Amino acid sequence: MGAIGIFLAAAVGTLVIGMVASWVDRKVTARVQYRVGPPLFQPVYDIAKLLGKETLLPERAKGRGFLLAPVVGFAAAGVGAAIVWHANIRPAEGFVGDLIVLLYVLTIPAIAVIYGALASGSPHATFGASREMKLLMSYELPLVMAVLVPVVQVVKGGGGATFSIGQLVTFQQTSGWALFSLSGVIATAVALLCIQAKLTLVPFDLPEAETELMGGTHLEYSGPPLAMIKLTRFLLLAVSPVFLATLFVGGLGDAASGWSWLALAGKFVVFLVLVVLIRNTNPRLQVRKAVRFFWFGMAPLAAGALVLAWLGY
Amino acid sequence: MGLGIWGLKRSPWVYHVNVGACNNCDIEVLELLTPRYDVERLGMVLVGSPRHADALLVTGCCTRQAAPRLMEVYTQTPKPCIVFCIGSCACTGGIFRHCYHFARPVDEVIREIDPDAIIAYVPGCPPKPEAMIAGAAAALSTL
Ligand code: SF4
Repeated sequence: MGAIGIFLAAAVGTLVIGMVASWVDRKVTARVQYRVGPPLFQPVYDIAKLLGKETLLPERAKGRGFLLAPVVGFAAAGVGAAIVWHANIRPAEGFVGDLIVLLYVLTIPAIAVIYGALASGSPHATFGASREMKLLMSYELPLVMAVLVPVVQVVKGGGGATFSIGQLVTFQQTSGWALFSLSGVIATAVALLCIQAKLTLVPFDLPEAETELMGGTHLEYSGPPLAMIKLTRFLLLAVSPVFLATLFVGGLGDAASGWSWLALAGKFVVFLVLVVLIRNTNPRLQVRKAVRFFWFGMAPLAAGALVLAWLGY
Repeated sequence: MGLGIWGLKRSPWVYHVNVGACNNCDIEVLELLTPRYDVERLGMVLVGSPRHADALLVTGCCTRQAAPRLMEVYTQTPKPCIVFCIGSCACTGGIFRHCYHFARPVDEVIREIDPDAIIAYVPGCPPKPEAMIAGAAAALSTL
């Protein structure tokens, strides 16, 4: 199977998982509020409808960048999905630095969102873009430090210095999950909160802020480009829990056995439900507080976890 | 029936436009989102921008100030879209039809810029949420 085949299989498969995940998100939210919630195929209906609608171009928008941004974001999320799945299913075949590539690739959707919002020429969207930028700058540092914790654990465990996700997974299969240590617990918690911000879910939904910015960054999108943005969301919602599961709780393991797939599904559901519950039990933070939370709360914690991992805890 | 219409029937996102309501109709519209009626089970979501909307819920008697703005909101909504006139005021002008500030009924304002607009009427002062859901179901079934 060529690179294109892997990309397509990963993107389509992840998309299906992401649609189910987004349904779970909406359903759990509805249940928390004593509502019934949408039917299982709601994400499919939404996308089908959006694809059939007209695309409106705001008068002041820079048309090409405005329309291209969602596509770029979607493609980047698809590539991220392909890297994560490939590293899980064939851990031996990954290349040396795929963890670094993955971190970069998962940043591109946020940058595409910022670009599209700025190109739309709407003041609300510009506000959203500036918030997204601040959020990106604040969560990226603790996320990278938290992700380094399993890498340091491998170094201390005698696995050699590596940035290959496949090797991290193989190491965890033999010497236990990264989560099973003090540094691992802290890093997982920090990474989970950073992922929450990456998905721009409450309490870090500042760039969209339905009630004040009315959709913020994607305010001006309609029809197929909006569908593209929704699809990117589905992809990220599916990739992020798998990403966490891969780095901290051992990922897939043996790709040939059904049990390890079932275990991965279990890990996925646990992380997804955690994300949804955090989203449902917290109010939105102010920009100032969100930045402070990540820089002065999460970043020192992650740095501490790194030191602890280096000391062998 | 195209794929888009098939999806539209199952996921109409609504945008709420107040063009001069006494606020009672608006309260009844928000009632739709509460656990008792929960229109999300029918795929309806209240969205914050007309560009995301498939249906405009227009409430109130259309004032002279609001009429051009209503037209603007309608042109900003991607087609196909449905306009719901919620309440007697939006349908005809209601008890305010002889007032100095009253422009025209909502349907006439919309027809002025788009003669082929799909318009649904839900009379009542204010209409019950059940009536709005019935109106939405009736309008969507004609698409
Ligand atoms: S129809 Fe009745 S309740 Fe609705 S806006 Fe008019 S006066 Fe108010």
